[in-house]
Amino acid sequence: MKILVCVSKTPDTTSKIAFTDGNTKFDEAGVQWIINPYDEWYSLVRAIELKESNPAATIHLVTVGNADAEPIIRKALALGGDEAIRVNTDNSDAYYIAAQIAEVAKQGGYDIIFTGKETIDYNGSSIGGMIAELVDAPYISLATKFDLNGNTATVVREIEGGEETAEVALPVVVSCQKGMAEQRIPNMRGIMAARTKPLKVVEPAAIDALTSIASFELPPAKAGVKLVAPDNVAELVRLLHEEAKAI
Amino acid sequence: MSVLIFIDQSEGIVKKSSLEALTYGADLAKQLGTTAEGIVLGTVSDDLAALGKYGVQKIHQVNNAALNTVDAQLYASVISQAATASSASVVVFSHNQTGKAVAARVAAKLKAGLVAGACALPETNNGFSVKKTVFSGKAFAHVNVLSPIKVISLNPNSYKTVATEGTAVVEALAVTVAEPKVKVTAVNKITGEVPLTEADIVVSGGRGLKGPEHWGILLDLAKELGAATACSRPVGDAHWRPHHEHVGQTGVQVAPNLYIAIGISGAIQHLAGVNRSKVIVVINKDPEAPFFKAADYGIVGDAFEVVPQLTAAIQKMKAGA
Repeated sequence: MKILVCVSKTPDTTSKIAFTDGNTKFDEAGVQWIINPYDEWYSLVRAIELKESNPAATIHLVTVGNADAEPIIRKALALGGDEAIRVNTDNSDAYYIAAQIAEVAKQGGYDIIFTGKETIDYNGSSIGGMIAELVDAPYISLATKFDLNGNTATVVREIEGGEETAEVALPVVVSCQKGMAEQRIPNMRGIMAARTKPLKVVEPAAIDALTSIASFELPPAKAGVKLVAPDNVAELVRLLHEEAKAI
Repeated sequence: MSVLIFIDQSEGIVKKSSLEALTYGADLAKQLGTTAEGIVLGTVSDDLAALGKYGVQKIHQVNNAALNTVDAQLYASVISQAATASSASVVVFSHNQTGKAVAARVAAKLKAGLVAGACALPETNNGFSVKKTVFSGKAFAHVNVLSPIKVISLNPNSYKTVATEGTAVVEALAVTVAEPKVKVTAVNKITGEVPLTEADIVVSGGRGLKGPEHWGILLDLAKELGAATACSRPVGDAHWRPHHEHVGQTGVQVAPNLYIAIGISGAIQHLAGVNRSKVIVVINKDPEAPFFKAADYGIVGDAFEVVPQLTAAIQKMKAGA
């Protein structure tokens, strides 16, 4: 069985969000880069668990990014995974990225493709669905559980106001979120092993991006909190009703 | 030419987030000087013609039981066929659970640029540019769509539903519907509660409540307000509350009209899940809690005293109103 785990580089969750060059570029000064948490904690760790119960399985990691993405893909390899592929290009259009991963996926013949439910920078929740369409496979989004029984996967996914259980035959593309697995920390053995695991760099396929970011904007600052005395909650109710019109 | 809006339904009832998408799509059609058309899949008990009051002129329906549950592959195939049949230049979804499963597939199928998580109508004077939330609500991006066909998924609770007069023409759409590959075997809806992502008001608790046995005061307040309940990550991780209530960067992201945070300090990861809320109220006994900086209204005080008083005061206001 072959599993492909899609990994993206994102700013750390505590990063200060600011922009440069006339608000056209994300300000990377002082930013710590991490593996997108959904890719790491849920999809990669679930893939590792599947390999632990089926040692014949292989896990490949794929990232679309320039050489700056190599430290995070080494960290992903330290957690687990047999080898990594980096598609050497820098682009933020979801279709462009998904099409690059779909090219890798078609050549690899994978049974399962895992993505995170979204990246914490662009929040598109789009890559998994696009890959699935481009490789013509079923897609389970927002999965909280994934179990295998032979060639059939049983999954639990989020729906409005609850969850549903579904069955689907492999190959399948799955976007993963909380519930799939528990966060792990790479150990020293993993970190040492990751240094020598293959990291293949491939050049991008010729694909036209369908969107581009023109500019960024920060939300207006809050006017400041209006404090109400704890013994005067009636005043809070009045403010919420008359001023904020929220109740 | 048309703007095609996907109308999402659950158990035959059209979702609130789809009414927002319908209003948005109808306003966009007016802006582009074209017609607004809807597409609805599966068996629906709601009166579809009445959706005309949101500005949609025609609704295509594919009433096939195979579409009563979501198989993203099948949905994308049918919606793409509808887009072609109605010569759609823009396809609009809600960025809800179904939209997240389907919009990207439709975009890839139609080779259409996708703006996922839009929060305003496109600028169409010079090109086609859509504002969307990025960095988990901490910023916005203006995204240029370069392809002839565009797909937009609209953040829930970010566009006001407007109902006027009007009736839509409902027509059955003849399309190929394949056998679904994803078979839903069980549905587990949390009954008797307001779905978190659809809620107008959310009441949320953190570690300040000290233990799951103290949640009663929060549940009473939520009940009085008709609110959904939520919690911070440590509370979910400690299993004081179910995981699906965890709001934050790695949990559920919400954008209600009113978010009331009780005993939550307001770590940056929590704020990322709630900062699109219109009004934020923070109740915390620590005046230094970072959440106060992101709040509109606050009470520095003991939740165990303040919250029951707040519930009583709301009851009193409602009785007087």
